Formats: sequence, structure tokens, C-alpha cells
Amino acid sequence: MANLSIRDALNQAMTEEMARDPMVFLMGEEVGAYNGAYKVSKGMLAQFGPQRVYDTPITEGGFAGLGIGAAMTGLRPIIEMMTFNFALQAIDQIVNNAAKMHLMSGGQFCIPIVFRGPNGAAHMLAAQHSQSFESFYAQVPGLKVVTYSDAKDAKGLLKTAIRDDDPVIFLESEMTYGQQGDVPDGEYTIPLGVGEVKRPGTDVTIIAWSKLVGQLALPAAEELAKMGIQAEVVDPRTIKPLDEELIFDSVRKTNRVVIVEENFKFCGVGSEISERIYNRCFDDLDAPVERVTSHDVPMPYAHSLESAVLPNVGRVIEAVKKVLYV
Amino acid sequence: MTSMQAQRRPDKEKLRWMYSQMVLIRTFEERVQQDYMSGKLVGAIHVYVGEEAVAVGVCGQLRKDDYVTSTHRGHGHCIAKGLDLRRMMAELYGKVDGQCRGKGGSMHLCDLERGMLGANGIVSAGLPLACGAALSANLRHTDQVAVAFLGDGASNAGAFHESLNLAAVLKLPVVFVLENNGYADATHIRYAARVTNLADRAAGYGIPGVTVDGMDVLAVHEAAGEAVARARSMRTPTLLECKTYRYYGHYVGDAGQYRSKEEVEAYRQKDCISQLEQRLLQEGILSEGTRREYREQATEAVEDAVRFAQNSPIPGPEVGLEDVYVRY
Repeated sequence: MANLSIRDALNQAMTEEMARDPMVFLMGEEVGAYNGAYKVSKGMLAQFGPQRVYDTPITEGGFAGLGIGAAMTGLRPIIEMMTFNFALQAIDQIVNNAAKMHLMSGGQFCIPIVFRGPNGAAHMLAAQHSQSFESFYAQVPGLKVVTYSDAKDAKGLLKTAIRDDDPVIFLESEMTYGQQGDVPDGEYTIPLGVGEVKRPGTDVTIIAWSKLVGQLALPAAEELAKMGIQAEVVDPRTIKPLDEELIFDSVRKTNRVVIVEENFKFCGVGSEISERIYNRCFDDLDAPVERVTSHDVPMPYAHSLESAVLPNVGRVIEAVKKVLYV
Repeated sequence: MTSMQAQRRPDKEKLRWMYSQMVLIRTFEERVQQDYMSGKLVGAIHVYVGEEAVAVGVCGQLRKDDYVTSTHRGHGHCIAKGLDLRRMMAELYGKVDGQCRGKGGSMHLCDLERGMLGANGIVSAGLPLACGAALSANLRHTDQVAVAFLGDGASNAGAFHESLNLAAVLKLPVVFVLENNGYADATHIRYAARVTNLADRAAGYGIPGVTVDGMDVLAVHEAAGEAVARARSMRTPTLLECKTYRYYGHYVGDAGQYRSKEEVEAYRQKDCISQLEQRLLQEGILSEGTRREYREQATEAVEDAVRFAQNSPIPGPEVGLEDVYVRY
């Protein structure tokens, strides 16, 4: 085991895959000479050269589409979005070409591409830099949507995403690039569609992913433990495909569910998960599913306002108490 | 003789190929138009009648392994790139033997084996794909090139400008072939742009821009030869504007009331096929007999394609749920 930051774990994943497969290349704004806006690609230009690591002008729609064309002709592009907020500039290419090309071509073309970069709020970046996009992309047939909550998962899932033959939206967080964690030595990958129980428990299931596992779900579980409530924290890791059996197993054990996400509440990922729980575990539930989300507003700037919009530990604990009727 | 000069002087065989291809596209498109109007075909279909010289002149300079991205008006590009007529027609009919198993239709015709990366239903969306195919050729150290066909309407969209700049900055072997037929839907280019020659926009990206008469297949072929050679040997992109005209409306069913009968007739007088035909007859490269033969061959090939399409099964509902993911 090595103790690595998520930043370094992601860097290792890309570096190992580029060394393994000459068809993999990295492209994005500032990924080369500047070593990445968040230094995730540090050293990669020096190691692989300008034919494998491309700096681009600020032209998200252009280089997203370029990546798709490269994927159609045999390459495996990693396209870094400085943040997924900017990927809205490329949404036509991602939705209309990357997601649909396999079906539109009757299966002739596959699009082995990874779009990766920070997603969600950081701190006081205001409305245009703070949106979470899991539910947005998960709604589109043809895309896979991947998140991680620690360094081990970050590396193992990114390697799998790069090897995957379908387009993958790989959602990171600038808030956790420095988060340290144990990473196995040597080669390993983590399959898409397989979640992980991050903390076992018996009284309530808290479903969370991405940075909210470490920021909200696990701290809330610690607080609840002090009150004698044992929460199980389930991280599906990949939103699409979704490890629903892992979720159902936990629900059948605890009979109570809180879903925590940074997306807007309306049509959030939790809407889909709770529908599946109602459909498959109706008789196992002792309370309606509770959801903790961002409020349905564009993110305001001031610290006090941003904090009020985002989910927090207190709201998670309140929701748990509600499903436990305490 | 240098290879570039050779490309400027198509030999007799190439000239006959151009003629036969233009006639084939025209015959195919007239039949599609007719079948749509009689209700045999449905969906959104945009025919290429009048613009044949562009697809044929350009694709006449390409190899099978070169890449092409196309537009919503893509049948001509597909035929000139060598796609199978039967499978194209079956796709328009929405049948299982279609090029895309009946799941793409007219606006998504494509063929991996022939480098046809797809017609595209989003105006300008194929240009970045062509840049990617060109980068792919660079990275794999092949001398393949990519051609992005686009219309005058696309030249006002963001993806056009982003793609020209990316191609220039990253030294990508792309030829952007701008088919300026004067109208984006019903809007004339004089309203939608303030430059007379859209190729002038190339200067803004530091790449060559060339305007040619798109009704003259030999002019298109010559200019495309130079642009393809620049891309292949120097990895330099070009914007090639071909001034052309579509004889029918934007889509099959558009009556085209935004333009006069006189305007349409004036262009029909300069018809690209008639121009080449007269020249080849004068030069003895075509005779009355071979001219008729080519036309009969085209008619028979299209009839055969229609029969194939009509006899192909319709896809069962399960087909629509396949090909969403390679593996899920």
C-alpha cells in the first residue's frame, strides 16, 4: 500500500494506461506545459511528448468533438474538462455524437473516450462554476457516469474507464484532489457497476457518492454512532451502470434509506434510486426514502448562501432521524 | 510530371468515373425524391441534386482509407466515397439490411470500412470529428487525410470556427469543403454573412482559403487535389469553398418559395452533369452509346437498390434496444 493524494492516484492511472496502450492520449486546456489546471497531469507532457499530450485553445466543443472523431478512428482519448461546467460548451458533441454514434451507426463505431474533470461546487465560485452534473449525464442513453470517493477508487476506476469501449463521463472534485488515501501497489482495476460499502451498519442506509461520502456521509455516521445509531454508508461509485443489488441488500438489512447528493433535487440521481428501491424493496421499507440534495437554485456566491444551498452533515442527520422516527 | 500535376489532369478513365458517379448520384436522388413524394419513403430527407460535382470532384482525390464527415445532405458524399447503394437505400427505407440496421436513416449514413464517419443531423457537428480523424492519422503515423463537408449555414456556427482554428494550431490534415448552395434552410447567405466568398474566413485562422465554381467538376477536382496534397504531405488544412446550388428545397417537401423559378432555371442551365457530358462528348471520351450506357447502368443500379430495400425485413423491436453500449 502507498499513501497517495487523489491527484497523484489519477495521474498514475493515466500514466500507466498511456504507457500500456499507445492509442491513449490526453487533451485539454493547460494539461501539458502548465501540468494541468489542478496539476492532475503533472509530468505527463515531459514523459509522453506533444503527440500524446495536447494543450488546446479554449474550445471545449471543438476538442470534445475532436476526441470523438479520434475515438471513431481507433484512438482512446482522455479529454480533460477544466471543470464540467465548461463541458456545457461541448454538450452537443457529448450528447449528439459521443452518446449516440454507436446506435446511429448500427454498432459500426464505438467511442472509447473518457471526459474527465471536476464536477460540483468548490468554494464561492458562484453559479456558473458550481453545478453538479451526474443526473444530467446519467439521463443520456449511451453514456456511462463514474464517480469516486477515495484515492483507491479514483485510480482503479479511471483505469477501467480508459479501457472501456463506451464514452465515460468521469466526475472528479477539485475539493478532494489533495485528499490522501491508501492505494494498492501494482496493477489493479475496479469494474464499472460495482459499488462498495464504505462503512457497515445496521440501522439506516446512507447512499452517497463522490466527495459527499467523505464530507457528509461518513462524518454524519460518526455523529450518529455517538447517538447509538449505526448507519451503513453505501457508495455506488458508478452512477451508470448502477450497482442496485448492493443498494437493495443494504436496504433489506436496515429498512431505512437516506440518499445524499449534490445535484438539484428535481430529477436528481436520488429520484431514480428511490424509484428502484420502492419498486424492488417496498415491503422492506419502514419509512419513506429521504433525500438530501442541493436546493433547486443556481448557486449564489456568498459563503453563507452557498452553505445554505449545499447539503451538509446536519441535514443528513436530520434526515436519518426522520426515517428512524426519532 | 509531379504528382500534383497528375491530379490536375484527370485521365480518361477518371473522367468517365466522374461522369458515371455524378449520374449515379443524380439518379439515386431523383428516385429518393420521387419515392418520398409518393409516400414510399418517410423521415427527413435532403437531396443533393445539383451539387454532384462537389462530392465527386473531392472524393475523386481520396483514397479508400481517407476519412469523410458529411452533413444532413449526405447521400452524394456516401455514393462518391463508395458506399453500397443497396445498403444505403435499405437504410432510407428503415430496414435491417440498411447500412446502420435501420437505426440511423438518411442523416446518419456511415460506413466504417470506407472511412465514412457519418452524415450528421446537427449542422457543423461533423467538423470536429474530421479534426479528430486527422489527429488520429497523425498519431498513428499514417498519411491519411480527412475531409469535412459542410454547408454555407455551418460556416456561421461555432464548431466551424473552432475546428478551423484547431486544425491550424494542431497541424491537422483536414480539407474543409464548404458547399455554398446559397441557402441555409430558407435564409440566403447574403443575409447571413457579410463576406462574398466564405473561403475568406480561412485567413482568420492562418490557413489557405480557396473558392471555386462548384458546378464545374474539373475545377473542384483540381482545387481538391491541391488541398488534399497539402494535407497529405504537409499536414496543412484548407478551406475549399465550392459555389453550388440545390435544385430542390432544403428538405424533400420544401416547396422552396423563397427563391424564384428563374433563379433555379439559371442554375439548371449550368448543370454540372450536362457541362461534363458535353465536354466529354466533344473530346470523344464519351460517345452517344456510352453516355446512354452509363445512364442505363445508373437506373438499373438504383432500381436494384430499391428492390433490395423493399425486400429487406423491417427491424423487430428488439433491434432498437441494441447498440446502445458496447458492453454494459
